Amino acid sequence: MSDQLKLDESSQKELASFLEVQQAQARMNAQIHNFTTICWDKCVTGTPSTKFSRSEENCLSNCVERFLDTSIFLVNQVEQKRTDFGR
Amino acid sequence: MIAKKEAIMNNVRQELAMANAQELINKSGERCFTKCVTKPGDSLSSSEQTCLSRCFDRYLEAFNIVSRTYQSRLGRERLDKPPSTF
Repeated sequence: MSDQLKLDESSQKELASFLEVQQAQARMNAQIHNFTTICWDKCVTGTPSTKFSRSEENCLSNCVERFLDTSIFLVNQVEQKRTDFGR
Repeated sequence: MIAKKEAIMNNVRQELAMANAQELINKSGERCFTKCVTKPGDSLSSSEQTCLSRCFDRYLEAFNIVSRTYQSRLGRERLDKPPSTF
């Protein structure tokens, strides 16, 4: 069984880079799931209808953008504190 | 050899797609249950079922909007920043 599983070197390399891409994809999917629940809770407050309203749609995409702005902002904030204390 | 490699790749792709679908069902299930089944009765009423099916469609739509926004943001962030040197 283990002998059968042996792949040649180039196949192994190809598989390794394939797996790296797939793992990156999986991390990205997890992030998208995470954002979807956060933004759903914030933006979709009424009973679901057959179509999103314009404002719900805008809220969802703004929500993602502002969430990312928030994490960048907080990183900068921490960085700022770090240099302040370092003095 | 090539067939074996392809088989492994297809397996991984399938597992990922499965995990993705699973996560979507879990998350939308929680959200839509909260929204649509406010007072659980003996069975799902037809209005609850209508609500659930709309809710699931909207959840998918929300997922797609989020996905599109996130990916276009990532694309922009990459363009704005000079390529890292290490």
